[in-house]
Amino acid sequence: MSLIDVEEVWYSYGNRVTALVGVSLKIEQKETIALIGQNGGGKTTLAKHFNGLLKPTRGKVLVKGIDTREVPANRLALTVGYVFQNPSHQIFSSKVWDEVAFGPKNAGLKPGEVAERTAWAIEAVGLSGFEQTHPYDLDYGKMKLLTIASIMSIKPEVYCLDEPTTGQDHQGRRRVGQLVRNLNEDGATVIVITHDMRFVAEVAERIILLAGGRIVADGETRAIFEKTDILAGAQIRPPQISQLAHALADCGVPPNLIAVRELADCLANIIRADKG
Amino acid sequence: MSREEVAVRVDGLTYAYPGHAPVLYDTNLKVLKGEMFGVIGPNGAGKSTLCKALNGLVPHFYGGTYGGTVTVAGMDTMKHTVAELSLKVGLVFQDPTNQFSGVSARVDEEVAFGMSMMGFEREEMFSRIRDSLRQVGLEGLEDRSPFELSGGQQQRLAIATVLAVRPEVIVMDEPTAQLDPVGKTEVLETMRALNREGYTVIVAEHEIEELATFADRIIALNQGRIVSEGSARRVLTQVDHLKEIGVDAPSVTELSHLLAEKAGLTKDAYPITLDEAIALYHDLTRGRPS
Repeated sequence: MSLIDVEEVWYSYGNRVTALVGVSLKIEQKETIALIGQNGGGKTTLAKHFNGLLKPTRGKVLVKGIDTREVPANRLALTVGYVFQNPSHQIFSSKVWDEVAFGPKNAGLKPGEVAERTAWAIEAVGLSGFEQTHPYDLDYGKMKLLTIASIMSIKPEVYCLDEPTTGQDHQGRRRVGQLVRNLNEDGATVIVITHDMRFVAEVAERIILLAGGRIVADGETRAIFEKTDILAGAQIRPPQISQLAHALADCGVPPNLIAVRELADCLANIIRADKG
Repeated sequence: MSREEVAVRVDGLTYAYPGHAPVLYDTNLKVLKGEMFGVIGPNGAGKSTLCKALNGLVPHFYGGTYGGTVTVAGMDTMKHTVAELSLKVGLVFQDPTNQFSGVSARVDEEVAFGMSMMGFEREEMFSRIRDSLRQVGLEGLEDRSPFELSGGQQQRLAIATVLAVRPEVIVMDEPTAQLDPVGKTEVLETMRALNREGYTVIVAEHEIEELATFADRIIALNQGRIVSEGSARRVLTQVDHLKEIGVDAPSVTELSHLLAEKAGLTKDAYPITLDEAIALYHDLTRGRPS
């Protein structure tokens, strides 16, 4: 049994726009996945099916074997945590601490456990010292980190992060990247919806590319970044390193390199061989 | 550029918002007419405050403690009102909807709104609306509601409202930060086009790899101080220095920094754009024995 099993899902907003057109995929434990594609391609619609925020018009979604249509979304929220793109859609408390404590408190945990998790999550996202701050006094990047913390305190098995790097500076971006890796090492599956391909190359092992409500590519990150035709068709530019590796294929560089370090090692070898 | 006409001069600017520690310390910079000038640095470094100091919002609107001089298009910002300055300096914010009047039901009305506050005549207004919408590529969308435009279109509309008064200097504070890649590209292309038309453009931006392809000069700010300045190449090739203040150099520049020793590269030879990197590594790996 997969952690999340999406079977032939169709979804329409009202009876006008068909946002998902027969999407099928499986998500397993401890994956890091990037959902990519242009706006309007279906990324957020699909992700909202993972925790029952949306229910399929046709087809079904199983979370740990449970059909999302048969349970209320708040029960699934303990398994699949969803961090919205716009932090103001999520934040409702007047203090950072209360915002992060809400989830575990609401789940009926004991006060000691609530406090412990709240402190842990606030520290993990780098907001220590801001416990008593009003969330709207935080800058946009910190507000987004707060929304991640408020999901972390629930300790879900799956995280869906909708555009976690938007509005972040490079430090914030690095922090989010490190968070994704840490959560993943602790056993969670992390799904990020993002337009930031440098970030994808750094954190995601798997890419699911959506366009026009369909999955047009699903596979290992480096394999997908090699499919330049499919990416171009979806108006996605692979990360700079991937583009460079591609352009240097005739110099003996494997075109599937995506990380700065691995391309540096490869080029070092080629240059050394030259000199020798 | 042989004739050095100065568009912006900042001398010893120190500024603190009311009741706070300074956010800019003894800042000095000079932007030449027609330059594309980038401002980089982590959030909280003072980029936005610097942008607001260039059109007088700092200190006229915010108050606070102010020292030094800012001269824009020949005007000392302390000696002119924000309204006077706005004829010469246009400021574009991160979130375009913050810039909209909220009362205009149509794109062209939104462009007219700013001008009508400045007492332009009707015919002149029509011609300026036409020109500025063309400059940002929004012609044909005159009758649409500003709020049903895409993010990139909204930001271009915000730029058009600023262009309509025909300023000499355009200042943009992270104009692409909240846009998707299509929107980012639209706004960056607009920026480039305006600069080609001769506008002086000053832009605070996190999109380093894009900035590298079109900025003439860059300053890096950290904790209210300029920590690096010069040509885009000079600033962006300081990979370790940038990392210390939490800024990532372009990936191809980081790559070259890792390879510097093995490939015998000095900093001036680091590529800062993809095209430069492709050319460099083609050269360096040519004739490789297979």
